[in-house]
Amino acid sequence: MRYVMTVSPDFAPDRIAGWYIFNTWLQRQLGEHIHLELYPDFASQREAINNDEIDLIYANPYDAAMLVREKGFTAIATPGNISDEAIIAVAAASPIQRVEDLRPGTRIAATDDPDVNLISMIMLEPADLSIQNVEIQTVDTYVLVAKRLLQGKADAGFFLKEAFAGLSGMIQRQLRQLVHSEIYVIRHVLLAGPRLQGHLNDLQELLPAMPADAKGKGVLASMGLQRWELQDQEDTEFMIDLMDTLVD
Amino acid sequence: MLRVQDQERFAMDDMRSENVQEPYTRHLLHYYDGTSRYVLIKDEEVPFPEGKLIVSRTDMQGVITHCNQAFVDMSGYAEEELIGQPHYILRHPDMPKAAFKDAWETVAQGIKWHGYVKNLRKDGRYYWVYATIILNVRNGQPISCTSVRRKPSRSQVDACIKLYAQMKQEEEQSHALCNDR
Repeated sequence: MRYVMTVSPDFAPDRIAGWYIFNTWLQRQLGEHIHLELYPDFASQREAINNDEIDLIYANPYDAAMLVREKGFTAIATPGNISDEAIIAVAAASPIQRVEDLRPGTRIAATDDPDVNLISMIMLEPADLSIQNVEIQTVDTYVLVAKRLLQGKADAGFFLKEAFAGLSGMIQRQLRQLVHSEIYVIRHVLLAGPRLQGHLNDLQELLPAMPADAKGKGVLASMGLQRWELQDQEDTEFMIDLMDTLVD
Repeated sequence: MLRVQDQERFAMDDMRSENVQEPYTRHLLHYYDGTSRYVLIKDEEVPFPEGKLIVSRTDMQGVITHCNQAFVDMSGYAEEELIGQPHYILRHPDMPKAAFKDAWETVAQGIKWHGYVKNLRKDGRYYWVYATIILNVRNGQPISCTSVRRKPSRSQVDACIKLYAQMKQEEEQSHALCNDR
């Protein structure tokens, strides 16, 4: 049987090769044919999910609820020590010093990353800002978010913490963090679809053991991960409940 | 049912003066389960920590079963002092009973509840939150509640200060009327 694996489109671009390496490693371990399909945006990935085309997904936490509760996916593991945190930044020279200085009509540059946008909008609530009274400018990458801030085309930008850290030093020096999240429990999660249920035990044995094996450790490093932590279904349900409280 | 009427509940200890710096005022709080305790109140707000979420989970009787570090830090209690205690350990006397009644009745129907809440810390100070509570359903059965609090809008808090004061006044008048009968 041919399976399809996909990765949340918000993965760092320099990790594309790493995910292909992981896919090759996984195929050898499971003795199965797995095709890695990468989507350019969340909308096209969700369409594939809706069409039941996906069997294994490194999912954005925002999508985890739909995958688990509507599509019957099972949680396998989360990346150790990596949680999804967001940063709201402004241009270094901006007069905005704190979130409460932002006013209705604020121009915000953002990607289509759903959990970063959700967390960032929550961090704007103390300023009485919501999706209804700000102007969102959606761009393809976090570099473009930074560019709009530097060009003065946006007043504030939403970043994934890792993406902000990945900006060049020159760009970072021209930006200033207004606020950053410290939530810790919102994480990407590797989920297996209904057709892959027969390999759940294999995956739960293989993934945590990767750091103990030289080759497995190298594969993890290529994806920018240190290890996989097994995630039981209740851990995932808890994260979904938490996400549910954040979505109006 | 979220509330256990037929279980005997032990009253929480009164708040202790050694935990609260003077000046403070002393109030007797009566809880829905028939217990009561004295709380010590300082008129001093502690700001909500930037970028954090305060997360807790209770069982169906409202007893805290899980809380995150932000919850521990903002409450002023140690985690072991919180786990196993009723969630009303954080109840501030300025909060009208009707707000919590609305919250529990809404959540019991499986509907998400949002609201602004003034919480009481162990040291008598207070903090405002924007709280969301949901019912955790597993295999079709409600098993617990998750509550997530985030930094509130100041303008909404200011509106709630007025609204809650009015609600409290009405509750007290109603209570006085009932006692007169």
